Amino acid sequence: MAKGIKDKVAILGMGCSQFGERWDKGTSELLAEAFDEALKDAGIERKEIEAAWYGSCMDAVNVGNSAIPASVALRLDSIPFSRVENMCATGTEALRGAVYAVASGAVDIALAVGAEKLKDTGYGGLPPGFKGTFNDLWMPLGSAPAGFAQLAAGYRAKHGVSKEDLKRAIAHVSWKSHENGVLSPKAHLRKKVSMEQILNAPMIAEPLGLFDCCGVSDGAAAAIVTTPEIARALGRKDMVTIKAIQLSIGSGVESSTNQWDGSHVRTTRNAAKKAYEEAGITDPRKQLSLMEVHDCFSITELVTMEDLFVSKEGRATHDVLDGFYDRTGGGVPCQVDGGLKCFGHPIGATGLRMAYEVYNQLLGRAGERQLKDPSLGLTHNLGGVPYLGIAAISILGLHS
Amino acid sequence: MANTSVYGITGYGGYIPRLRMQRAAIAAAHKWMAPSLKSLAKGHRAFCSWDEDSVTMAVEASRDALDNRDRAGIGKLYLSSTTMPFADLQHSAIVAGALNLSSACQTLDLGSTQRAGTSALMAALQNGGSDALLIASEQPKGKPGSIQEIGYGAGAAAFTLGSQNVIASLLGAASRTSFFVDHFRASDSDYNYVWEERWIRDEGYMKLVPDAVKAALKDAKVSAADISHFIMPSPMKGLADAVAKKLGVAAESVSDNLEENCGNTGSAHGLLMLAKVLEQATPGQIILVVGFGQGCDALVFQVTEAISKFKPRRGVSGALADAQVHDAYLRMLSYEGNIDLEWGMRAEKTVKTALTEQYRSSNQLASFMAGKCRCCQTLQFPQMPYCVNPECNASSENFDQVSLVDVPNSVLTYTADWLSYHPAPPLYVGFVQFENGARLLMETVEVGAAGLDVGTPLKVVFRIKDIDTTRGYPRYFWKTTPIEA
Repeated sequence: MAKGIKDKVAILGMGCSQFGERWDKGTSELLAEAFDEALKDAGIERKEIEAAWYGSCMDAVNVGNSAIPASVALRLDSIPFSRVENMCATGTEALRGAVYAVASGAVDIALAVGAEKLKDTGYGGLPPGFKGTFNDLWMPLGSAPAGFAQLAAGYRAKHGVSKEDLKRAIAHVSWKSHENGVLSPKAHLRKKVSMEQILNAPMIAEPLGLFDCCGVSDGAAAAIVTTPEIARALGRKDMVTIKAIQLSIGSGVESSTNQWDGSHVRTTRNAAKKAYEEAGITDPRKQLSLMEVHDCFSITELVTMEDLFVSKEGRATHDVLDGFYDRTGGGVPCQVDGGLKCFGHPIGATGLRMAYEVYNQLLGRAGERQLKDPSLGLTHNLGGVPYLGIAAISILGLHS
Repeated sequence: MANTSVYGITGYGGYIPRLRMQRAAIAAAHKWMAPSLKSLAKGHRAFCSWDEDSVTMAVEASRDALDNRDRAGIGKLYLSSTTMPFADLQHSAIVAGALNLSSACQTLDLGSTQRAGTSALMAALQNGGSDALLIASEQPKGKPGSIQEIGYGAGAAAFTLGSQNVIASLLGAASRTSFFVDHFRASDSDYNYVWEERWIRDEGYMKLVPDAVKAALKDAKVSAADISHFIMPSPMKGLADAVAKKLGVAAESVSDNLEENCGNTGSAHGLLMLAKVLEQATPGQIILVVGFGQGCDALVFQVTEAISKFKPRRGVSGALADAQVHDAYLRMLSYEGNIDLEWGMRAEKTVKTALTEQYRSSNQLASFMAGKCRCCQTLQFPQMPYCVNPECNASSENFDQVSLVDVPNSVLTYTADWLSYHPAPPLYVGFVQFENGARLLMETVEVGAAGLDVGTPLKVVFRIKDIDTTRGYPRYFWKTTPIEA
C-alpha cells in the first residue's frame, strides 16, 4: 500500500489575483499577478522553478491550449511545463501535478498556476461545452446549475425534506458566504445579502435562484511547492504542508445504474475517504479547522457537508440552519473567504484560490476574517456534474 | 363485393402534436391588418413544437399503428409529405431507423403534391407484395396573417398494409390528372402561393372530384349511396358537403375534417381522416377517400370483420384529446421559424454533427438500444466498451440489445433550466429511470401545468435533438414527455 504524500511537500509561497470583472487584464496578466505574489512570498527567483503545471479549462476564453502561452506569459524558459484540464477540479489538478513532482523527488521546486478569464465570453454563466462527437448526439443540453439542481429533487425525495425547508437551508448557505465575503478583499462580490433577497431571486434552475449560484469571474492563483527540508533551509519557520490530495472520478455508475439515488455525490465520498486516510484524519467534524468546498451552487455545498462526513446523512439542513458552518458558529467554518459564491469561479484558478485561503488562515495571515488557531484545512472541488464528474480534495495543515 | 383485394390495410394510427394554438389568439394578433380572420377564429389548430417535424410525426404515427407488434416482416416503407426537412436525404430511412425496421426494408419518399398521401396509398395497394408501412406526414406552414396560417394544422397518419388480417380492402380506385394550379410552393419557398378560393371550389373541386369519384365507384362497383364515410379534405368550409351532395352521397356520411382542434394537415390530411374514420368504422361499410392536387385520387375501401381485432395504441382520437392549448401566438411563430427572436449568445453553440459518429452509433441513437450485459444483466445506455457495473466491467462486445423506446419510465431527478439556450424554455432535464433498470439523463418536453416530480410517469418520444442552423441539419434523438400533461 502506497504511503501517500503526507508532509512530503511544503508550500513555499502562494499568490492570488484580485477576482472579479477584470476588464483591465487578460489571462496572461492575471497569471502574472498571482505568480508575482507567489514568487515574492516564496522568496525565490523565477529560474529556481524546475517544473510547472498550468490549469485552465476553456481554450476559447483563455490564452489557448497547451502550456506554451502560459510559459510565454510567465517567461519560464525551457522547463517542463504542462497544461492540465479536469473541468472544475482543474486548479487542484495543477496543484497535484506540482506536489507529486516534488514528492517523487523529480524536482525540488515546482509551480502550480491556474487562471480563467470567463468575462471574455460576453455573457453570464459558463459557456456550454462540446461533449465530444458521440455524447453531443444524445446527451441533453443543460447548464451547470441544471446539473447540480437535480441534487435537490433527489435529496428531497431521499430525506423527505419539504421544498420550503430545503430552499431555506440552501439560502442560508449563500447568506453565510456573503457575510464572509465582505471581509475578503480579493473577492468579486463583497456585499451582504438578506435571506429575503436570496429566497425571492429569479429562478435559474429550479430550485436554484440567482443567489444560489456562484458568479462568473476572472481570476488566477498560484502555488510554489518544495520539500519541507528545502523550505526550512530557505528560512521558513511556520510551514504549511500537504497532508493529502485525492481525486475520484466517476465511470458512469451513477448515470447508468441504480446504484445512486440522486441525493449525494458519490465521488466526493470516495475522494474524502481516501484523503482522510492519507492525512490520518479519523473524525473530520472535530479535526478540521476550516473548509473551502465547491459551492458552485448552494445545494452543492449542502450535500457536500454530508459527502465529506462532517454532517451525518440527512442532517446537513439542520447543521446549516443551526449555523454549524458559519464563521463564528462554533463548528467547522466553511467558505471563510466567501467561497465560489463571492469569488466567482474562474475554473482553472478556483482550486488554488481555495488552497490560498487555507494557507493564509493556517499562517495567521487572513486579516479581518482570521480564525482562531486553525491547524487543518480542507479544499474540495467538483468537476463536471454530481452524477458524472470529478471530486478533488486536498488537505493542508501546519507542519508539526 | 366480389372485388375484395387480397392486399389491404391491416392497421392504422395517427399523430397530432400536443400543442394547440387558439385560433382566436392568431386572429387577435392580426386584427389590425386582417380583421376578417375573426370569422375563422373558432377552435384550435395543432402546431409542431420546435423539435417536431414531418419526420418525428411520421415516427410517432407509426408507433401508434404498430404498437408493440412485430416489425420484422415489414418489407417496404412509403413516406409521403411535402414538408420534409431535406431536399436530398431520404427521410424514410430516418424513420425506418427509429422504428428499428430491418435493413432489408425498401424505403421510398413521395411528395410534391397535396395528393401525395392518397397516391402513395393507391400505388402501394395496387403493387401489393410484402407487408408495408405507409405514412403520410405534414407540417404545412402558413404565412403570418394568411388564411392558411389559421386553418392549417400538423399531423401524420400511418397504415400497415399486407395480406393477413386485412381490415379495409381496396374495392376500386381512380385517378384523374389535371394541371389545375390552385396553389404552388417553389422548392426554395416557405409558403404556398394560393389562387382565389371560389375558382378553386367551382372549377377545381366541384368538377374534378366528381369525375374521379364516379370512375372509382364504377371500378369498385358500388354506388354513391353506398358510401358510409366520405373523406374529402379541403381548405374550404362546406366544400365536402357540396361535393357529396353533387355526387349523391348522404350528407351524414361526410366525415369530420378535424377542423375544430387540429386544422388541415395538407397532404397528410386525407389519410389522417381515414385513420380517424377507421376507429369507428364497422364491417361492411364503404369508405371513400379523396385526394386533390393537380387532379384527383379516389379510393374506395370496404371494411372487413377483422376491424374489430385491431386497435391503434391510442389512435387519432387519443392524439386529439391529448392537447395543451396555448394562447401565446408568438410561441407558434417562433417554433415555425416565422419570427427571429433574440436568444442570446448561448444560442451560438456549434452543433455540427460528426456524420461518421452518427453512423457508427446509429443502433444506439436511432433505435435507442441499451446494452444488456450477459454477465451481470445490467442494462446500460450509453454502451461503452466495458460494462458499467463496477463489479463486472465485462466486455460489451456481446451485449444483448434492448430497445428503451417503449419501456415504462419515470422521473428520478429533474430541474427546470432557465439558463441554457432552449427554444422552448425552460429546459426540463433530469434522470429518467426505466422499469427494466436502465437510466439516463434525458430532456423532458411538453411539461404541462402539473410540472414534474420524482416519480412522474413519462413516455419516450422521437424528436429533433438539435438543429445545426449553419448547415441546415436537424439531428434526431429520443426525449421523454409526461404521459399526462
